[in-house]
Amino acid sequence: MSSRENILGRIREALQVKAPQPHLQAPLTPTNHPPQGKEWLPDGGESLTESLAILEGQLAKLKTVLVRVPNETLAVEAVKLLSQEKGWKQVAYQGHPLVTPIAQSLACQTWQADADFNKQKLEQCDVSLTSCETIVAQLGSILVSSQTSGGRALSVLPHAHVVIARTSQVVPDLADAIRQIKERYGQKLPSMLSFITGPSRTGDIERILVLGAHGPKELFLVLIDG
Amino acid sequence: MSDPKAIFLKDASVSTADGDQRAFIRKALGGYYVNRDLQKARFRNWEKARDAASMAKWSAVNDLGNQLEKFVGNFEKNGGVVHWAQDAAEAREIILKIAADAKAKAIIKSKCMTSEEIHLNDALEKAGYGVVESDLGEFIQQLRGEAPYHFVFPCMHVKREAISELFTKHLGTAPTNSPEELTMIARRHLRQLYVDADIGISGANFLVAETGQISITENEGNARLTTALPKIHIALAGIEKVVKNLDDLAILLPMLATAGAGQPMTCYNTLYSGPRQKGECDGPEQFHLVLLDNGRTRLLADPEQRDALHCIRCGACLNVCPIFKNIGGLAYGTTYQGPIGSVITPHLRGLKQWNHLSGASSLCGACTDACPVRIDLHHHLLHNRRNAVKTNPTLFDRVFHFGFNFVIQRPKLFAFGGKVFRTTLPLLKKLPLPYLSAWLKTRDLPTPPSQSFRAQWKDQNHE
Repeated sequence: MSSRENILGRIREALQVKAPQPHLQAPLTPTNHPPQGKEWLPDGGESLTESLAILEGQLAKLKTVLVRVPNETLAVEAVKLLSQEKGWKQVAYQGHPLVTPIAQSLACQTWQADADFNKQKLEQCDVSLTSCETIVAQLGSILVSSQTSGGRALSVLPHAHVVIARTSQVVPDLADAIRQIKERYGQKLPSMLSFITGPSRTGDIERILVLGAHGPKELFLVLIDG
Repeated sequence: MSDPKAIFLKDASVSTADGDQRAFIRKALGGYYVNRDLQKARFRNWEKARDAASMAKWSAVNDLGNQLEKFVGNFEKNGGVVHWAQDAAEAREIILKIAADAKAKAIIKSKCMTSEEIHLNDALEKAGYGVVESDLGEFIQQLRGEAPYHFVFPCMHVKREAISELFTKHLGTAPTNSPEELTMIARRHLRQLYVDADIGISGANFLVAETGQISITENEGNARLTTALPKIHIALAGIEKVVKNLDDLAILLPMLATAGAGQPMTCYNTLYSGPRQKGECDGPEQFHLVLLDNGRTRLLADPEQRDALHCIRCGACLNVCPIFKNIGGLAYGTTYQGPIGSVITPHLRGLKQWNHLSGASSLCGACTDACPVRIDLHHHLLHNRRNAVKTNPTLFDRVFHFGFNFVIQRPKLFAFGGKVFRTTLPLLKKLPLPYLSAWLKTRDLPTPPSQSFRAQWKDQNHE
């Protein structure tokens, strides 16, 4: 017998004796089981205005820098200013209608990383510019994927990460983000989906918060109205 | 001295006597309590959310066979390879074979407690591979040659001065007392290692049956890099990590973050559903998953304690445990410390040798209150004690229970015993007895009444 058969056999045997349901405050019915149970989780807002307000609060607490701009032209200007202020020299970007025009307008060495991937070169970059799938107001999370955010490494290897998105990409909570992903991809999910919640951090030394453990030290979200 | 109980008693008495260390741990946990409570307050109903989280795990664990098969089917459809390991040795062999087939040299690891459980690093090093832990806490513990102190905060007991010395010795860096600079030293040291590694090894926090994805939760970004840059990704997970639906994560991920570290959401929560796909510019060519039993089916076979398999390894029960805070994480001598470790280790490694951990509890129930998936932890410690007495009674257990049974069934003997006890109790105070004298140094022993309860009842009431 293979290990697979052995383990599954032991599981079947073990489960012949039923375990009692957990001691619950109130019995759960299919209607309040997740994701419908989301009304117990932190609030994500009822309208886009509410969601955006919650998102702003969450991002500030998580040390993600939010830059709100009314249109794409001003998004270009905002990122230009950022790059001057931070002194970025090498910029890796994802080929994307929202991102490419911004990257190409920067007075830096720019490189479309998803067109000709090179991990050694990516490691040297100061910053990456990508799009994202969805933004979760409830938690301040930005969902990136290997298919629509320039692969796996682009959003985590350079020292800073700038995400360009539209306010229409903001959803109230995690359950909404998951539903959207299922609708968008069905059975063909990207090989990586990552909820990014603030810049990389660690508290491993004396439980003191330090940003930029291995991933980006700085995370910027440029949010374009519309 | 290889008896785990004897080692535990010795180590625990040494660590408990270290007042500085205990104060340091209390201080380190102080910030956690504040942040955890702030985040819990953002939940509209934390208790109901705990119900939902516990039901999500209950329904998966109690249908484990079907859910695992569904998960594996979907995982394989996505292009991953599944390996089943009945025990630690088989899991090590599987991973060594993948490494040998790939002619690998350098291996980078992200945090994986299951790999501690199977002593994977030792096996890989013996076989000649360079293995580096990339999680900062695990990296520090690897340099120290010490097991993790806490399965979420591996080096929470190490002071910054000691880390500075450690880095100076092993990495040749200048001494510094700044946690930020120390973190940056590790960051610089590890970056090239991600790029050069042939294999990345990770754990998995959840296996999603519906989609065949594995979910990894982390703060540092090291797991993201470990699973992005090397050609091969190997994930190692216990079979109990399965959940039915992707929707379940909408509750489990925020709860894991809040209970585990007082965060709204851990920094990176990543779902992987296979190796690099067509049209993706990077990612590993091979994606292997090793599913480990190693005693978990034994725990599954005990319906009373089956809910211990609901554990999402957040570490909340350690952070509130008065025993953990006093004896520290290393004294347990187990992969999983604290209340959850004391519950599951006897099932994973044997009740006879590891039952003593169930005695190292004040049964205060703080762990049960803290558990986001409502595992009945402190009652399970009692269940373990009961099971140990039933299956492997010690000489003391046998003599005591025989004596108790004998006396309790003979009213006259019981009354006589009571009388002897009442008259001798005041004398006991004056004798230098072990334990009792120490206890009485700071406490009063009330004078016993002259009459027994039964005699008083007879006199006052009613017969």
